[in-house]
Formats: sequence, structure tokens, C-alpha cells
Amino acid sequence: MIEVKGIHKNFGRLEVLKGIDFHVSEREVVCVIGPSGSGKSTLLRCINQLETVQSGRVFIDGVEVTNPKTDINLLRQQVGMVFQLFNLFPHKTTLENITMAPVILKGMPKEQAEEIAIGLLRKVGLPDKDHVYPAQLSGGQKQRVAIARALAMHPKVMLFDEPTSSLDPEMVGEVLAVMKDLAHEGMTMVVVTHEMGFAREVGHRVIFMDEGVIMEEGTPCAIFDNPQNPRTQSFLSKVL
Amino acid sequence: MSITPYPMMFGATLWEKLNSINGFNVVVSNWDYFLEGGLVTLELTVLSITAGMVLGLIIALMKLSRWRLLSSVAVIYIDFFRGTPLLVQIMLFHFGILPLFVDTGPFLSGVIACSLNSAAYVAEIVRAGIQAVDRGQMEAARSLGMNGSQAMRYVILPQAYKIVVPPMINEFVMLLKDTSLVSVIAVSELAHRGKLLYSTTFEPTWVWGAVCVVYYIMTKTISMMGDWVERRLATE
Ligand SMILES: Nc1ncnc2c1ncn2[C@@H]1O[C@H](COP(=O)(O)OP(=O)(O)OP(=O)(O)O)[C@@H](O)[C@H]1O
Ligand SMILES: [Mg+2]
Repeated sequence: MIEVKGIHKNFGRLEVLKGIDFHVSEREVVCVIGPSGSGKSTLLRCINQLETVQSGRVFIDGVEVTNPKTDINLLRQQVGMVFQLFNLFPHKTTLENITMAPVILKGMPKEQAEEIAIGLLRKVGLPDKDHVYPAQLSGGQKQRVAIARALAMHPKVMLFDEPTSSLDPEMVGEVLAVMKDLAHEGMTMVVVTHEMGFAREVGHRVIFMDEGVIMEEGTPCAIFDNPQNPRTQSFLSKVL
Repeated sequence: MSITPYPMMFGATLWEKLNSINGFNVVVSNWDYFLEGGLVTLELTVLSITAGMVLGLIIALMKLSRWRLLSSVAVIYIDFFRGTPLLVQIMLFHFGILPLFVDTGPFLSGVIACSLNSAAYVAEIVRAGIQAVDRGQMEAARSLGMNGSQAMRYVILPQAYKIVVPPMINEFVMLLKDTSLVSVIAVSELAHRGKLLYSTTFEPTWVWGAVCVVYYIMTKTISMMGDWVERRLATE
């Protein structure tokens, strides 16, 4: 579903991604872990071209996103993204946040989009919050709305960039539960996370990144219980 | 001899005193002349700020554009109109540039010069407003598949406009005062009428004082309306 081939990314002189290769199959959940500044967010943002790469290629469902001829806007409609800081549209109600993209981009009738949005709000456990503005929601609720907003476009893939890192601890669970449901429904997901419990339980594969390279990857059991790379070992000893 | 009550005595003598002052009579007997001048000023200002807002928005978007050519044109435009005096721009357009293309009267020349000038200030206000919207908003919009203009229209501008309202009201007030400069091309607005009346009556304090009062009433009204709009936006 996602194929990343030898991507390099620089910010000016700073080389953030130094040749990354990996593959995500359909219905697979891949968790990306690693220390701060290792390039996890950048990698995720290169997948949907929020950042352009210096070299290397990225394919989603067989389409090369790094090809300048690809209609990137059309492609992004199929790739949902969830941000650390939610990035909900504060001037719109939760319902409007969710219906906006389908109405504008797919020309969906408003009533149909709202029906779908209400279904999605129910799915993320917020059935009664449809006419509320983001400012009136807690962090965990905001992130669940953000997930619903991304799902409204019926994406083939969901990218999560530390979706629980800015949440109070008591709200982390409700967001992870929604993500877990999504994984069980067979959504293809790439999740950058510091929640090792989630990575172990829900992830099919774990990638450990450090200094712009993939140091180690494998099943959650292999990475968490029997890490081979000394960097992985020292990282895990700090966070577990 | 009967004693007049103090306030009445005071009122009567004050009125009599004022009436004996020539400047006061000049102002009172010309009140409609000032009022009409104020209306011309208001008309100039409203036309110019409206055109300036439309043009300013376009120039702001050009300046933020990724296309070098567009952004350079916007930068040069803003630099020119903010870096040279409006008084000089008015004369340049009225006597120099506009007659090459069309025959505009002084009023239209004044509106054009003030619009072009105001657009430069509006462009900077709008640009600052757009850039004050959190970067994550643009990213969220783009990640959903919106193109740049859809994201601008549905996500960024609706949030920028709240940030833009207070400085825009300030620009409105500044422009109203600056339209006095079109008196140089004999547009019959408030300042020009003051000049004429002064030159026939030689009552500078009374005439210019009255002109100040009319300007003040207009600017105060605009800023009070602005405060009201701001309060409404804040509670929204
Ligand atoms: N837009 C940018 N301009 C310049 N440097 C950047 C930019 N974005 C990220 N970087 C740098 O790239 C490096 C990798 O950043 P990235 O955000 O990918 O790390 P991360 O692994 O997601 O870290 P964290 O766990 O803190 O989110 C960091 O050194 C960061 O300072
Ligand atoms: Mg990050």
C-alpha cells in the first residue's frame, strides 16, 4: 500500500532523512518509534508530500506521489492525516469540520455528508457533540474529531503523528481506543507514537528510527523483547 | 433694576458675545458648506477603502505566492506606495499618469490615488493576518486534499479576517484623514472647503477649528463602530 524507496530529506544543511526504505502492506499497522528529532514526523510528512523529498520515491497504492505529474491533491484525499496538535478548524463546528472536505472536494450533498459525519462522530464516541466548536472540547475529544474528519474522506491509509503526545494522561486511552478499533477494521495505518503499549498491542510491525535512518524493524515482540541494535536497546531502556 | 438669574444671564451674555465674533458667524452661516464637504470626504474614503480592500487582498495573496514574478510585483507595489508621499502620488496620477489614458475629473483621480495607496497598506495588514493563522491549519487543509486556493478560501481567510479587523479600522481612519491631501487637486472635500472659506474670510482659527470638529466626528464614529464590530467578533 505504501512503498518508500531511498528517500533523502534536507532542511537546508541539516540532513533529516538519510535514505529511508520501507513498505506497508494493505491492512497493516506500522508503528514508528524513536528519539525526538530522529525524523519521524518528517518521514510521515514525506509520505503525503507535506514535505518534498530531495531524492527517493514514494508510492501509495501503486501511484508515485513523488512524481511531479501526479495530482497530489487528489492523492491526499486518499491519505488521512492526524496531527499532534489536532489542527481542527476553530471557526467551524465539529460537524462542519468533518463535512467540509467531502462537500468541497467530492461535491457531496450537504445532507449526505452530515449523515456520514454523524455516523463518524458516533463511531469515535462523540454522538452529541455535532454542533459544538473545537474550543469547547477537551484535548481527547478534539483528537477524536480530527480522526473523524480524516475518515470522512474514506482514506485508504491513515497517518498518525504522535496523536496522543499533547494529551493529558487520562485522555490518552480514549484516543488509542478509537485507533485500535480502526486497526481492527483493517485500516492501513502508520503511527508515530511514544505509546509503547499501543505499538506492542496493536502494531503489526515496529520501526525504530534514529538520526534519520531506520535502525531496526520487526514484529513488536522482536523489537521490544529482543532488540538487536544497541541504539534500540538504549532507547527502549529509557522509555519502557 | 431686576436681577436676572445667574444661568440665564450667563447664557444670554455668552450668546451675545459669540454673535459679536465674526469667525463664529462665518462658521454658523456656513454649516451646510462644511457638512457637504464632510460628505464628499466620506464618499472619497468609502470608495477608496472598498477598492483598496479588494486590491489589497489580491496584492497580499500575490506577495505570499510561490511564483517569484507575482511576489516581486507585489513587493515593488507595496514599497512604492508606502515609500512615497500620498500627496505626491495624487499629483503624479492626476496630472501625469491618468491623463495619458482617460479623462478623469479631480474626484475620480483622488479616489484612484487613494485606493492604490490604501491597497498597499491593506495588503500588509492582510498578509500579516494570513501569516498569523497557525501553520497547522494550512497543513490540515492540504492533508485533506484541498488545493492552495481552497485552503485559503475555506480555512485561512475566515480565520485571518478576525485578526485583520482592528488594523483595518485603523487604516479606515487614517485614510479618512489622508483624503484631505486631495485638496491639492481641488476636489471639493472638507479640507479644500476650509481652504476656500479661510481665504475669503481670514478667520483661520474658527474655520480650521470647525474643519477639525467635522473630521473628528467622522473618525470617532468610525472607530466607535469598529469597537462594536470587534466586540461582536470576540463573542462569536
Ligand atoms: N520545517 C523545518 N525546517 C527546518 N528544520 C526542521 C523542520 N522540520 C523539522 N526540522 C528538523 O528536522 C529534524 C527532525 O524533525 P522531526 O520533526 O522529523 O523529528 P521527530 O522524530 O518527529 O521528533 P519529535 O519526536 O520531537 O516529534 C529536527 O532536527 C528538526 O529540528
Ligand atoms: Mg515529530
